Amino acid sequence: MLKINNLHASIDDKSILKGLNIEVKAGEIHAIMGPNGAGKSTLANIIAGKEEYEVTDGIIELDGEDISELAPEERAHNGVFLSFQYPVEIPGVSVTNFIKTAINETRKAKGLEDMPAKDMLKMIREKSELLEIDRKFLSRSLNEGFSGGEKKRNEIFQMAMLEPKLAILDETDSGLDIDALRIVANGVNKLKSKDNAVIVITHYQRLLDYIVPDFVHVLHDGKIVKTGDASLALELEAKGYDWIKKELV
Amino acid sequence: MTKVKMELKEKIVASYVAFENDVDINSEIHDIRTEAFQNFEKLGFPTKKLEAWKYTSLNSVLKNDFSIFPNKENAIEFADVKKYFIHDIDTYKVVFIDGKYSSFLSDTTHDGKDVCLMSSALSKPKYKSVIKKYFNKIAKQDNLTSLNTAFTNEGAYIYIPKNVEVEKPIQIINFTTGNDVATMIQPRNLVVVEENAHVQIIERHQSLTDNAVLTNSVTEIFSAKNATVDYYKIQNDKDNASLVDNTFIEQKTNSVVSVHTFSFGGNITRNNLNFYQRGEHIDSILKGITIIEGKQHVDHHTLVHHIEPNCESHQDYKGIFDARSTGVFNGKVIVEKEAQKTNAYQQNNNVLVSDKATINAKPQLEIFADDVKCSHGCTIGQLDEDALFYMQQRGIPKKEGKALLMYAFANTVLESVKIPEVKQRINKLIATKLGVHIGFDL
Repeated sequence: MLKINNLHASIDDKSILKGLNIEVKAGEIHAIMGPNGAGKSTLANIIAGKEEYEVTDGIIELDGEDISELAPEERAHNGVFLSFQYPVEIPGVSVTNFIKTAINETRKAKGLEDMPAKDMLKMIREKSELLEIDRKFLSRSLNEGFSGGEKKRNEIFQMAMLEPKLAILDETDSGLDIDALRIVANGVNKLKSKDNAVIVITHYQRLLDYIVPDFVHVLHDGKIVKTGDASLALELEAKGYDWIKKELV
Repeated sequence: MTKVKMELKEKIVASYVAFENDVDINSEIHDIRTEAFQNFEKLGFPTKKLEAWKYTSLNSVLKNDFSIFPNKENAIEFADVKKYFIHDIDTYKVVFIDGKYSSFLSDTTHDGKDVCLMSSALSKPKYKSVIKKYFNKIAKQDNLTSLNTAFTNEGAYIYIPKNVEVEKPIQIINFTTGNDVATMIQPRNLVVVEENAHVQIIERHQSLTDNAVLTNSVTEIFSAKNATVDYYKIQNDKDNASLVDNTFIEQKTNSVVSVHTFSFGGNITRNNLNFYQRGEHIDSILKGITIIEGKQHVDHHTLVHHIEPNCESHQDYKGIFDARSTGVFNGKVIVEKEAQKTNAYQQNNNVLVSDKATINAKPQLEIFADDVKCSHGCTIGQLDEDALFYMQQRGIPKKEGKALLMYAFANTVLESVKIPEVKQRINKLIATKLGVHIGFDL
């Protein structure tokens, strides 16, 4: 589904990704771990198409097609979803209004009519129940004054509504208490199918207790330096990242 | 003063005699007109040397060779102008074409209230007492208001007696056709709302020509005890049409008056909006959304004069400026020494979409009382790039995302619009203005 080969990227002439390779197949869950500053969030933003980053070399393919020249919304229409580490507050736009616009713009891009209001309401009801979201919450301005947990739950709610092919969860566990973590992880697991894939970017192992990855990659200094199965995450949790750095020397 | 400017002034001065010959010289307001004329003759058109006109120059407009009294009876088909009306609800209509009343497009009434013409009110004895009591009593003696007063002839006359709640909104629309000439019109409206009465008014100026238009409009509104007035100004005119709107409002105890000004187009638009509070427990609401582009210019000069205690005023103006457009917000609040316990709020928030756009914002608070709550906030910013990326990531293209952000930004002003059809119309105008097809009122 996603194939990244020899990816080099920089921001303001500062090189951040230095030859990164990763391949994610449908039905898989990948975790990307690594110390602060390794380039984890950069990778997520580059896949989503954030313009500040300059891709200097390498390819990003989604289902065999190069997406590196596509606008962020076009990537979204192709099924890329990024759950933001810091979801942006948008005063004056309600959660419902926002998700309706997002869904209908995506449908428009595919040449489809707007989703009928009845279907939309039904879907909103189902998905908000899945994430244990209160109805009142949906009429509030998007992310404005939300707690950390509410913001992250709202991200996964949007993911549930948009049904992406490839979901990238950037530090979705940060700022979550244990109950919120369980709800969010449960939501992600229920949305998982053989046709979609998830990349979980995290600093800590604890989210991986709930969302069990097929592969764990360690990102260090702009490259994937080690890949293993779920047990690698436990090893990292126990030993920290230093031993990997030492291994590399 | 430049030579070209003298020309229009001289033309106006010279035409006054002809105008006088045409109107009833024995009219109640003859002396008022004469005095105003002398005043304009002395002052001339405003220049940038005047503090109040520092950021708005009429020079480029005044150099047009305006026809001051369009004589022709111009007819227009309703089908051609229907879109400028709020037509999905029943309303009273007072419509003018090139400054002349159009009975064909209008729907006036004398049934329990008067929604009719200034020209009738000025000439018929039955209106004499109202005219005597209210006409030109709060209009300022400045350049352009004086000019309008001197040539007062036509406009809307609205009189709502005690305890009458007008069952449907009133639309005042001024069309200009000016097929072969530049046209200057000077509508003069008088709105008197007696005790406990309620009225909703929608006002629009619409040019139907590509020739230059200058409208110098004066509206006086008197709101008696417990009266409620909701006034909506829709300014979405053609690029060659300029408007100076002078509105003066006097409120008595317990009255609530709101004025919403939607400025989406035109060449130069200057709004002089003045509130005078003469009573206690008054609420004055001033709201505006400005969305302009190209070389358009919109200037809001507001004044709220808190004269007596225990009153409130709420101002909320939002501006979105693209391309080389320019905006001015000058919000003056005066709280007199007697006006204790005043609550005066003023917000003016602006977004510059282009780095060539300009806004000059100036809150002016003159507070002489010591027990008051006055606040003002003014911001000038750009669209949040992170928010745009966030929206794009969810599939909303940049243009639509920008529109949604701008709409959300302006929405605090729309919330208080009480006529749903007006709100819908404004939503639609905003979407058109921003070039998107999003139903905002989801």
